[in-house]
Amino acid sequence: MSNFYSMVKQAKASWEDLQNQKKPVIYTGAASCGRAAGILPIIDELKELSKEIPLDIVEVGCIGPCYLEPIIGIQKKDSSTILYGNVQVRQVREIVENYLKKGDPQVDKAIGTLSGNGIEGIPSFWDHPMIKNQVRIVLKNCGIIDPTNIDHYLAMDGYLGLKNAVAMSPDEVIKIVSDAGLRGRGGAGFPTGLKWKFTRAEKDQDKYIICNADEGDPGAFMNRSLIEGDPHSVLEGMVISAYAIGAQKGYIYCRAEYPLAIKRFEKAITDMRERGLLGENILNSNFDFDIEIKRGAGAFVCGEETALIASVMGDRGMPRQKPPYPSQEGVWGKPTVINNVETLGTVPVILRKGKAWYAKYGTEQSKGTKTFSLVGKIKRTGLIEVPLGTTLREVIFDIGGGVAEEKNFKAIQVGGPSGGTIPAAFIDEPLDYEELTKLGAIMGSGGIVVIDDETCVVDLAKYFLKFTEAESCGKCVPCRIGNKQLLILLEKITKGEGTIEDFELLEEFAHTVSQGSLCGLGKTAPNPVITTLTYFRDEYIAHVEENRCPAKVCKDLFIYQVDEETCIGCEICRKRCPTGAATGEKKQPHTINIETCIKCDICYANCPAKAIRKIDKVEVQSVSN
Amino acid sequence: MSTSSLRKTSAQDFELNSNAKQKISKIIAASNHDPKNLIQILQDLQDEFNYLPEKIISHIAKELKISEHHIFGVATFYSQFKFIKPGKHIIRVCMGTACHVLGAQSLLDNLSRDLGIDSGETTKDELFSLESVYCLGCCALAPVMVIDDDVYGSMTAAKVNRILRKYRKVAKPKQKKSGAIKK
Repeated sequence: MSNFYSMVKQAKASWEDLQNQKKPVIYTGAASCGRAAGILPIIDELKELSKEIPLDIVEVGCIGPCYLEPIIGIQKKDSSTILYGNVQVRQVREIVENYLKKGDPQVDKAIGTLSGNGIEGIPSFWDHPMIKNQVRIVLKNCGIIDPTNIDHYLAMDGYLGLKNAVAMSPDEVIKIVSDAGLRGRGGAGFPTGLKWKFTRAEKDQDKYIICNADEGDPGAFMNRSLIEGDPHSVLEGMVISAYAIGAQKGYIYCRAEYPLAIKRFEKAITDMRERGLLGENILNSNFDFDIEIKRGAGAFVCGEETALIASVMGDRGMPRQKPPYPSQEGVWGKPTVINNVETLGTVPVILRKGKAWYAKYGTEQSKGTKTFSLVGKIKRTGLIEVPLGTTLREVIFDIGGGVAEEKNFKAIQVGGPSGGTIPAAFIDEPLDYEELTKLGAIMGSGGIVVIDDETCVVDLAKYFLKFTEAESCGKCVPCRIGNKQLLILLEKITKGEGTIEDFELLEEFAHTVSQGSLCGLGKTAPNPVITTLTYFRDEYIAHVEENRCPAKVCKDLFIYQVDEETCIGCEICRKRCPTGAATGEKKQPHTINIETCIKCDICYANCPAKAIRKIDKVEVQSVSN
Repeated sequence: MSTSSLRKTSAQDFELNSNAKQKISKIIAASNHDPKNLIQILQDLQDEFNYLPEKIISHIAKELKISEHHIFGVATFYSQFKFIKPGKHIIRVCMGTACHVLGAQSLLDNLSRDLGIDSGETTKDELFSLESVYCLGCCALAPVMVIDDDVYGSMTAAKVNRILRKYRKVAKPKQKKSGAIKK
């Protein structure tokens, strides 16, 4: 067994060497979000630069504050590692040279120091308002280590959880995970230990574990970030889970839209096999286990366990009735555990630090931490991790910095298409499974979308229904037809053609769909309608009784008008209008012809004087009458 | 996948020559000729040919000894698979929640109007295909549009024309690859 420890010792030594090497190191946030923000040309520039200035470049995952991307961290011997955000390619040379050659830390450009003794004028990154209120357990390594380097993971005490696990009996492992209070992070929050226990108890010798990496909620990217930043944590969790239930084979079902995540998994799996952490006789424990990656092909319903299983077996991803549960009859008809990426990513630390340590975080019913993607109309967008039970206020204002552009906080949408819209009034409610369910939403996988006064909740409900209606597999009539009917009613309301009676119909359909559908997709699809209709009834009423969209989103209910006093006659709207609806002479107030206007929003978005207004159609009609 | 776009497949002329057959055989062999790996086979085929022409489906049905119905049943279930030849540039508009609340629909509408096609279609000159996708996962940059591999963040309707112009300018008549896709 000295093998494992000598491997760890070596890994730690090489990590230390990297931290203390004479040659400067530049860490680049190169997860998908960083790439989208433009890190790759920056890396190219750094490679060019390394021909002149000796430096090493290390690609790391996402450290969290997406709004600051692209992010680079510069490590200099005997000084602090400084993170710089919103870096442009053309600034790279200057930033690097200033710090490395001239010793100027460029206080104004820095986000914070990552390590070292600190630099005057630059706060520690860990004191950054977005970071300091977080508890990073699952995301501990994200943005810090090179996800393609197994030694980095080992240096962070990686695989120690597995080492501990294989020294125990599988039942002991299950007990620890149960006692820690870990619940499924994919949405429903089923106790993980219990799921394992059921599967272990099945007599069949062939068992399977599936890692559900088919993160389908629009507006959620926590799982992708974790895989891209720290794939080994998920894989270690998977091996521990396999050991606990007695599985010999595991599948990772990963969205095909996540090519980088798949690449990270592939590399990590190869390295694990090489190091004896996967394959035969793992860590000399007589335990054999191997993993295969299956690419999902784009079907939201495959987040449902039985649909996912059908898809793994090469079929249409249609859910089936339960029981038998996957723990009894799963993939290839064998007992199967399906765990979410984050659930598995949490398992190693529980085995490493113990159940009591983990259970310190969170609430009585919801233990531990949860990752969220914080997006929408918020100042600091990004990937965050907080103990369960943290209030919405802390998440949105302390961590997220409040609503963008100082607008009014209206609501959050949590849990994606299966979740709900929670109004600002509940801002002091804690984020945990039970509270969210009480409010009509669900935890879901952890997407939080912040909305302000300029978001129409009827339109938002329509948006989600459009999604679930399209993604319904069509097996259950209430889901296939009911969601379509809900969508038709919402379309009617957003066109100003709805009536108060439609609300009753909405409620009735919503009830039928949720009661009459087989799987989670159908059961939860009406949640966005129910929550918005409950909490924002006034807004619905405005649409049907006054033919008004208070947020000015529903295009049939407002027109664009130029405010003659504010208009400076710059002609931008006239030049950009695709239909010639905006007319006017230079330096004279312009006008918009509502007959030819297609409401493309271009004039509104581009008017430098903010002279273009959205006016309720009814208002104009009543004036002309 | 709508049936209307399926119908269009028959109108397309894909030549299943020996070169293509060889590639297909290789892909099927990599998945052990096993229908249980059908999704993977279809994914690999699409990676190779950019879409799944009807002739390929018929061919693999024989090779795998399963019905074409079954293959179409599986393939049309998943949004990833395409049955009509995509354009030279693929424009994907993210319709994730964050993008939606920041105006993605308006962006898509304007693209659709500018290109004269709906989402899921390809322009007549085969230069652009327009797709809407649910969440590309870079919500901080919302609304997001991706053309091929280039990501355009904080998109507005007004920027559409200018960006498309760039692609239209460099567009040259598509070169025919020998036998791969014949027009």
